[in-house]
Amino acid sequence: MNTWDNNPVLKVEHLTMRFGGLTAINDLSFNVGRGDITALIGPNGAGKTTVFNCITGFYKPTEGRLVMNRSSDEKHLLERMSDFKITADAKVARTFQNIRLFGGMTILENLMVAQHNRLMIASNWTIGGLLGLGGYRKSNLDAIETARYWLERIELIDRADAPAADLSYGDQRRLEIARAMCTGPELLCLDEPAAGLNPKESLELNNLLQYIRKEHDTSVVLIEHDMSVVMEISDHVVVLDYGVKISDGTPEFVKNDPHVIAAYLGVEDGEVELVEEEVGL
Amino acid sequence: MDYFLQQLINGVTLGSIYGLIAIGYTMVYGIIGMINFAHGDIFMVGSFIALILIVALGITAATPVLLLILALALVLVVAMALTAVWGWTVERIAYRPLRGSFRLAPLITAIGASIALQNFVQVSQGAKNKPLQPLFSGGFQLTDGGADGSGIVVNLSYIQILIVVTTVILMGSFTYLINNTNLGRSQRACEQDRKMASLLGVNVDRTISLTFVMGASLASVAGLMFLLYYGVIDFYIGFLAGVKAFTAAVLGGIGSLPGAMLGGLLIGLIETFWSGYFSVEYKDVAAFSILAIVLIFMPEGLLGQPEVEKV
Amino acid sequence: MQARQRDSLLVASLKDSLGAAVITFALAVVMVGLRVDVASGRGAELFLENRWLAVAVAVVVVFAGRFAMNIFFWKRDDPPSLNFSGLLPEGGIGERSSKAIKYGLLVLAVVLPFALMFWLGARGSRQYIDLAILVLTYVMLGWGLNIVVGLAGLLDLGYVAFYAVGAYSYALLAHYFGLSFWLCLPLAGILAAFWGIILGFPVLRLRGDYLAIVTLAFGEIIRVVLLNWYEFTGGPNGLSGIPRPSFFGLEFTRGEGGFANFFGLDYSSIHRIIFLYYLIFALALFTNFVTMRLRRMPIGRAWEALREDEIACRALGINTTTTKLTAFALGAMFAGFAGSFFATRQGFISPESFTFLESAIILAIVVLGGLGSQIGVVIAAIVMIGGFELFREFDQYRMLVFGMIMVVIMVWKPRGLISSRTPSVALSKNVKGISADLVQEGRG
Ligand SMILES: Nc1ncnc2c1ncn2[C@@H]1O[C@H](COP(=O)(O)OP(=O)(O)OP(=O)(O)O)[C@@H](O)[C@H]1O
Ligand SMILES: [Mg+2]
Repeated sequence: MNTWDNNPVLKVEHLTMRFGGLTAINDLSFNVGRGDITALIGPNGAGKTTVFNCITGFYKPTEGRLVMNRSSDEKHLLERMSDFKITADAKVARTFQNIRLFGGMTILENLMVAQHNRLMIASNWTIGGLLGLGGYRKSNLDAIETARYWLERIELIDRADAPAADLSYGDQRRLEIARAMCTGPELLCLDEPAAGLNPKESLELNNLLQYIRKEHDTSVVLIEHDMSVVMEISDHVVVLDYGVKISDGTPEFVKNDPHVIAAYLGVEDGEVELVEEEVGL
Repeated sequence: MDYFLQQLINGVTLGSIYGLIAIGYTMVYGIIGMINFAHGDIFMVGSFIALILIVALGITAATPVLLLILALALVLVVAMALTAVWGWTVERIAYRPLRGSFRLAPLITAIGASIALQNFVQVSQGAKNKPLQPLFSGGFQLTDGGADGSGIVVNLSYIQILIVVTTVILMGSFTYLINNTNLGRSQRACEQDRKMASLLGVNVDRTISLTFVMGASLASVAGLMFLLYYGVIDFYIGFLAGVKAFTAAVLGGIGSLPGAMLGGLLIGLIETFWSGYFSVEYKDVAAFSILAIVLIFMPEGLLGQPEVEKV
Repeated sequence: MQARQRDSLLVASLKDSLGAAVITFALAVVMVGLRVDVASGRGAELFLENRWLAVAVAVVVVFAGRFAMNIFFWKRDDPPSLNFSGLLPEGGIGERSSKAIKYGLLVLAVVLPFALMFWLGARGSRQYIDLAILVLTYVMLGWGLNIVVGLAGLLDLGYVAFYAVGAYSYALLAHYFGLSFWLCLPLAGILAAFWGIILGFPVLRLRGDYLAIVTLAFGEIIRVVLLNWYEFTGGPNGLSGIPRPSFFGLEFTRGEGGFANFFGLDYSSIHRIIFLYYLIFALALFTNFVTMRLRRMPIGRAWEALREDEIACRALGINTTTTKLTAFALGAMFAGFAGSFFATRQGFISPESFTFLESAIILAIVVLGGLGSQIGVVIAAIVMIGGFELFREFDQYRMLVFGMIMVVIMVWKPRGLISSRTPSVALSKNVKGISADLVQEGRG
């Protein structure tokens, strides 16, 4: 048995999302295994980002259930929670396909904002902090330490006080991941983290994801177009096409699934072999 | 029932005026996404220009009807042209240099331009109310109030007919202009994507200028109508009329011309009925409350398109 | 037909200036050239006066000015480098000098009343101390609004409503319950904050200009209600006889038990003015202190993050509703404090003091100063309010010039006078400010 059926951290059950007449996701079910790196792949417009938006509460699903099993055995029904609660309570963090950093704030500030909820409690909802009571000072220093830790991991410690908008594209992507990690998530959803990276940056990203999974008990779901990345780092692959799941399994299984090949080549299932012959597979 | 009918007539008249102003807001918002705060004051300038021209031409109630109509048409055309220059100038000085910059900056310059226009008129024309003797009297008496005089006399005055007819004609021609000419096409292109439009050879600056010119000339028509209908203007009429017309534009769905007209009618009706049945003092509260309610609960308005926020 | 021949410098300049002159003529011919007035006496007849000379002067001035500018600068291939922006360092006033200005202004503000008294005597200085009080009131309002607009990026055009709530709270509490200023001051702040939450709640979903227009509507609704609720607020006549503040129980009155008597001074009305000056100074400093502290706390960072990207904030688990509401409530609270100060200083309030124009002026101060910049607000308040009051003789033209200046400054510096953002936390010792081009203005 595989982790995703045995010990799922997230169960997506019969998820359907409609926009007016358009059904972006149709009766989608899959599991995300605890500690796995799960890849969600599919052609453009397949509905991958929409799945993320449903998981993280930015869209309310038309139908379906999304169950988050925290490691503490708490269960959260994500479809009933508002977006910020999903991060704050269910411990799901995400990044965006088009990077959303706080460009006019420094890199350090970006990571401090991510620790908002913890610091709010430490400052007794601002009142204690304003009056200089309680352990706010210490919590603040701790938060800076956490930020420093992640900045060292993503090798941006030297630029901590530079505005985030000044970073290169690859650095921004990594900063966004670090920022999501600063919320202390159990499930991290990355929307095309490797898009636009050069091979070296792509390799660094892989290492970062492996590290996150190993050292921080965080399960990762990622959307990715680059098959070599998917095959290399993921434990589990789910394939979407036109909002429908067409394949689900280990990378090897998915790689050889004719449905997937058909979807990617844009032909009917029956014609796959024909096409394969033509291109000499 | 008679009272209701009278309020309805008055409401439609007032609504036509708001609708004409609202078109200016809606077109400008559609094309550059800013609230042209000075538009209400352009309307006020328009009504002053019309008043001065009327006095200069010596038009009075004693003028023979045919001549009166001709003279008013002349006033209308000249006022439209001169007010258009005002609209153009405001855009050129206060908005164009800030195109593509910080979003708050044109809002502040718009408020500055509004303050400047108001006080310019106060300085150049004085702060006193300017009452104009009615030029038209009479109209159709729709009901006679009953034989025993218990009912209410419902009047449809010539002035009201004139206002509504002019509005309908102008609305029609402007809608035609925008739907069927190159200018309209350029305008829609700029609404969609200004950069792309300019790459494809649309003269964006000129298109935007023309939008302001059209908005201002329609506002001056509204100014003339306001003057004829209420018979008194001052330098401060632009603010309230502007806010209400903006409400109309939003209610109808900002960016939509028929929406602006529909919104104008609704605001005019609501305001007259509110004053007629509830309280005159709080009629502005009614307008402002509608503005708030519409924006909060249906920001896309009646005929506008909802804005989808993709994540 | 392809390459149109370029006009010579002279011809091009002439054409351009002629165009400008024609436009000026079209603008001025009716609105300046003719003045419609009401004949005194019976019948309210309208008549016209003409001022053709003024039109001619305007046209000639525009033509000549534009022609000169064209010839010497605009149309030349090699315009002489007379760079006015060189007068201000790039990106506004630098870090170092901004600090110097800050402490300079602080010291100046502390000693101002005594320095004025020293030079001008009690009678002569009164006018200037009054002006300083007015400027400080606007500084405080600007700082309060800066929380909402500058930090949280929420565009509020109805800020004056909370100023009115503060003023009326104090006036009414004093009138009906005889409460003292010192008790009412916090109450007024709390009430204003409460109204901030009530009005803020429904509008939080709105963005940008729509938010601005709804807040404007709320501001006007509050004003119209104050204007029409005669029994409670006195309607357009307002409320008068609002009690003056005391100095730890000492009234500023002549004779036994008064402030002057207690300290063995000769009674002078200037004592109360100076006291009011330090009162508003302390209130303003308090506003600044709280804001600066909050900026370094999670809530302040969340405000700024909200301005930068609201969606990202939600993805980080920040409750954007409460975050926005706290910004609204806090901004409103400071306006409430300022309002009750205004009431006690004037001794009389009416809805006329709380028009949309006030909101516009406060917002202009914040934007002209540079969004989010505390020192920018001070400079803008001094320039706008101070300048405005100094031209009291030109009463008529004052507002006209005021509006034009708003346009000119914005066109000249769209990001405001001080436009760099200081990070709220840093690892290294000397951090650079963040250029305004990177900082978002907020869409909310
Ligand atoms: N808010 C929305 N309103 C209407 N339609 C939407 C919305 N969001 C997504 N869609 C539609 O849903 C479909 C799936 O979009 P989605 O962004 O999820 O695709 P994707 O798999 O992420 O594609 P890509 O690889 O290009 O990122 C598309 O047809 C898109 O137009
Ligand atoms: Mg996507």
